[in-house]
Amino acid sequence: MTEIRMENMSFSYGNCNVFSNISLKIEGSNLVCILGPNGVGKTTLVKCINKLLKPTSGHIYINDNDVQDMHLLDLAQIMAYVPNSAFSVFSMTVAEAILMGRHPHAGWTTSENDMDVVDKAIDTMDLQDLSERDIRELSAGQLQRVMIARGLAQEPEILILDEPTSNLDVKHQMEVMRFLKRYAVESDTTILMVCHDLNITAAFADRIIIMSNGGIFADGKAEDVLTEDCIKQVYDVDVKVIDVEGRPHVILLPGIKEEKT
Amino acid sequence: MILKTKTSGEAGSASTFKQTYRKTVVKRVSFIIICIIACFLVMIYSATLGSYDISAGEVYQIIWNAITGQAQSDPTAAHIVINLRLPRILGALVCGFALAVCGTAMQSMMKNPLADPYTMGISSGAGFGAALAIILGFELVSGGGVVVNAFIFATIPALVILFLSKFRKATPTMMILCGISLMYLFNALTQLFMLIADPEDLSAVYSWMVGSLDGIDFNELLIVLIITVLGSIYVQYMANQLNIMGIGDESAKTLGVNVDRKRLVVLMVITLMAAAVVSFTGIIGFVGLVAPHIARAIIGADNKYLLPGSAVFGALLLLVSDIIARTITAPLMLPVGVITACIGGPLFMFLILRNNKEIWS
Repeated sequence: MTEIRMENMSFSYGNCNVFSNISLKIEGSNLVCILGPNGVGKTTLVKCINKLLKPTSGHIYINDNDVQDMHLLDLAQIMAYVPNSAFSVFSMTVAEAILMGRHPHAGWTTSENDMDVVDKAIDTMDLQDLSERDIRELSAGQLQRVMIARGLAQEPEILILDEPTSNLDVKHQMEVMRFLKRYAVESDTTILMVCHDLNITAAFADRIIIMSNGGIFADGKAEDVLTEDCIKQVYDVDVKVIDVEGRPHVILLPGIKEEKT
Repeated sequence: MILKTKTSGEAGSASTFKQTYRKTVVKRVSFIIICIIACFLVMIYSATLGSYDISAGEVYQIIWNAITGQAQSDPTAAHIVINLRLPRILGALVCGFALAVCGTAMQSMMKNPLADPYTMGISSGAGFGAALAIILGFELVSGGGVVVNAFIFATIPALVILFLSKFRKATPTMMILCGISLMYLFNALTQLFMLIADPEDLSAVYSWMVGSLDGIDFNELLIVLIITVLGSIYVQYMANQLNIMGIGDESAKTLGVNVDRKRLVVLMVITLMAAAVVSFTGIIGFVGLVAPHIARAIIGADNKYLLPGSAVFGALLLLVSDIIARTITAPLMLPVGVITACIGGPLFMFLILRNNKEIWS
């Protein structure tokens, strides 16, 4: 079983402190979501995990190996990262973009197994019809699905996604989230996701980590974490939390009525 | 999508992705094979051209005899083909190949469609080295002359970048800016020498700078060939990683490619290749910029196929340019660098206008 362990991790850009002394343990075939206001360091945190950034102090261990001592290729074999957006200067087909996900495992040539894995990822993300399209011609939502497919093609033990549903329509949002939740269990994968949508998170996450003011504010199951009080403290907005299918559902209160009176 | 779990009905037949992917591969390989055949035919044709009449059949016979070590039936014709025409033709083949490989790799790893083999100031360095030798008679290695000077100075920009990378991360922008600033420096110094040069030397420097395949001999060719073959094998080996470098440094790292280091290594290899070519032929422009773009427009940007594709296309382009350079004002020969620009430019413009799909963004 895969385990990510952070010990007293701090990060600052120059003098600007992002977060300090975070200690966390993420393990098991779970869908873990990180919530929090803008600029609180959610993306910075995940980038420390996959060695894109180096924490100012503290350590991150993956299966007891210090990330900073691991080679990028070894890391890429067990961990995939799905960025929020992507670009390419030159033309690149959807198929080529997703095939890149095989790089950490594949040799120089593309094997039949690589083709099968990619084919399955393309199917899963509903991209068969787009496979020869240039990724620069896709909509933001289609591109996001391509990036997720690339992450799946990497067959990781840990899948990290940065706001994977931000550009998707509601149907694809639900389908992607439902898929990720199932995928975590079926392929024994730890999925760590930075998210902004409170309700999507509440409906699907096995565990929610809320970051605020340079640290972890709350950590636990949706019903324990997403309370009216907590959301007021973290986001400074008034909400009403109701129960929908056994999960909390957050209703934002516009507060227009009060302003009038 | 996920709810349709899963179109397993079509498990028997290959999926859309697999079918189209295979079709694309066939198309790409066909382009490469066609270019190779064209190169071969153009080489034979090219060897028939000149003041002494030799037919294509004779050329083929002469080359065949030379390779198998048989006696030549017409020693004069054999001498003309093998010692006078062939070095130049093979030179065009190898140099075109090398410059196109360098250009493709440079564009992919810099994520910049304007990059070419000379982007990093390789040409200005070489030009400066050549001017030193021609005008001041200064040789870095005594007896090495223009070639050694040009080669060594051509590698200086890459070495400077390598040195600076110890202090700052070598991003594409940093590399290109370094290359450009060194280019200005070298050009300024070269121009300073040219001001004090006498007319004969000045003309020699100028004609060196335009780039020509005159006077390349088999020994020089062998050096360029060895460096080109080794360099091309390495760059081809890196093809997947070059593709990945194109999608941004962060994504590349999470796919296991150490971009910062790999980019420097590829830069060194390209520099050696381009420096080898430039030091023997002078600055043959445009092949390295245009061949990758034209090939990319036809077979796509996957470096696994694009590298060999643009390499053979570059070779073809230089072979054709060489024919024109030799024949258009015969018996006077034009520098081939002028012709590559004159053919490549309009061809490039045509492709830009014709392609409704953008080749780059």
